Amino acid sequence: MVRDLHKNYGSLAAVDGVSFEVGRNEILGLLGPNGAGKTTTINMVLGILEPSSGVIEIGGVDLRAHRSRALERTNFAAVYAALPGNLTVYQNLRIFGLLYGVKSLAARIRTLLEEFDLERLRNVKYGLLSSGEQTRVSLAKAMLNAPTLLLLDEPTASLDPATARDIRAKIREFALRGEGGVLWTSHNMYEVEDVCDRVLFLSHGKILLEGDPRALPREHGKETLEDLFVAVAREPLTLQD
Amino acid sequence: MHSNRTAAIVLRQLYLLGGSPARVVPLFAWVAIDIVLWGFITRYLNSVAASGFNFVPAILGAVLLWDFMVRVMQGITTTFFEDVWTRNFLNFFGTPLTISEYVLGLVLSSIATSSVGLVVMLVLASAAFGLHFLAYGLMLVPFLLVLFLFGIALGITGCAIVLRLGPVAEWFIWPIPALLSPFAGVFYPLSTLPQWMRYLSRLLPASYVFEGMRAVVSSRTMPGDQLFWGFGLAVLYIVLAGRFFAYIFHHAVRNGLIARYSAESVS
Repeated sequence: MVRDLHKNYGSLAAVDGVSFEVGRNEILGLLGPNGAGKTTTINMVLGILEPSSGVIEIGGVDLRAHRSRALERTNFAAVYAALPGNLTVYQNLRIFGLLYGVKSLAARIRTLLEEFDLERLRNVKYGLLSSGEQTRVSLAKAMLNAPTLLLLDEPTASLDPATARDIRAKIREFALRGEGGVLWTSHNMYEVEDVCDRVLFLSHGKILLEGDPRALPREHGKETLEDLFVAVAREPLTLQD
Repeated sequence: MHSNRTAAIVLRQLYLLGGSPARVVPLFAWVAIDIVLWGFITRYLNSVAASGFNFVPAILGAVLLWDFMVRVMQGITTTFFEDVWTRNFLNFFGTPLTISEYVLGLVLSSIATSSVGLVVMLVLASAAFGLHFLAYGLMLVPFLLVLFLFGIALGITGCAIVLRLGPVAEWFIWPIPALLSPFAGVFYPLSTLPQWMRYLSRLLPASYVFEGMRAVVSSRTMPGDQLFWGFGLAVLYIVLAGRFFAYIFHHAVRNGLIARYSAESVS
């Protein structure tokens, strides 16, 4: 749960009063043009960027007051957060499993290697993998601790359509069968429509629109979600209530 | 504090060492070269000195102790640099890992790596050049302890500087031991130095160790309070270094530098 989140850099408000909640088994899409404040919001939820004000609770635990305990309940994968390329797939999973305090780690790693079809790559260094394979490893790492909140910042960027489809299926499966929810950012509107239960449109650090990605375009007189995205990026004022 | 998170930092370093001769060789190669070089220099000095003074424990022993301190410092900074080189801060600090767990992981990694260098130096110095550590008696333990603690303080301070200034600041860190060595009196008594340098020397825990070592070698009694001062200063510097690192880290979290670390955006 995020309530009235602000992040200011001097006079610039990168995030300006953002509030939202990610429900159990829900995939929430965080959309917006570059510089809208999506990654800033995700970084604050990850605890690597301190909010100027506002409250972040993960699984009911206040991030500011109990950073470690809150972060035990989350995990993430981002296109800009590659795992150490000089460690093998197994070594990366083992180290992050220890960091997240995963119980029965060896069994959990075995399950994830199987689930993400990574067994044959177990002893290959992460830096030697293809983009698709790296994404699978990053997602396996992100699911190590079965997080209450899974943060995914453009997880399918630079993937071919077939691999991206497989990855989306894995994430949907995680959201459906697990205890947690997913906060997902993407610039691929087809993907967002396919995967997200609900979306938030961010512009200039504020939430501009919120709703079902399949119904939202029509509600605002647009044909597709992509048209709506373009409108948010170019004419945000016309869409404000 | 969770031991499994600290263990993760140490394990990462062990994995890297296990798979990389380029990381293992420097653990002992440079210190071995130093011991060989200074071993021959002291042997030569013994042959030309008329006084009959034995330079081996005074000079070669000093090199060994100094190199040990440098290896402790570099053990910490090198483990930290692994995260700099792989842009791993976002991955590590987005986990439940706390600053104290991370820094303890760096220290434990350093103990593992600096021990390798120490053992190699001890074996080489005693086997090839007849350096007998019994000459220092029980004082060897506090000597090593003070240098170990000071090496940790220097290492943590170095990490904080690089965290603040960005990856390129690594080049400020490597020369720190060379910068301190004239003041530490590794090879000569502090009385050799001009007064202004002696004031600075008194702030370095290492200077008390080397003064003490020379006193022991010359069969003089080493004043106990001197070593106590060295120990006290080393502990104080560790506390200050830890606070400095925590301050820099919180500054980086406030300003988003952890997420944009490679930008080297000093602000």
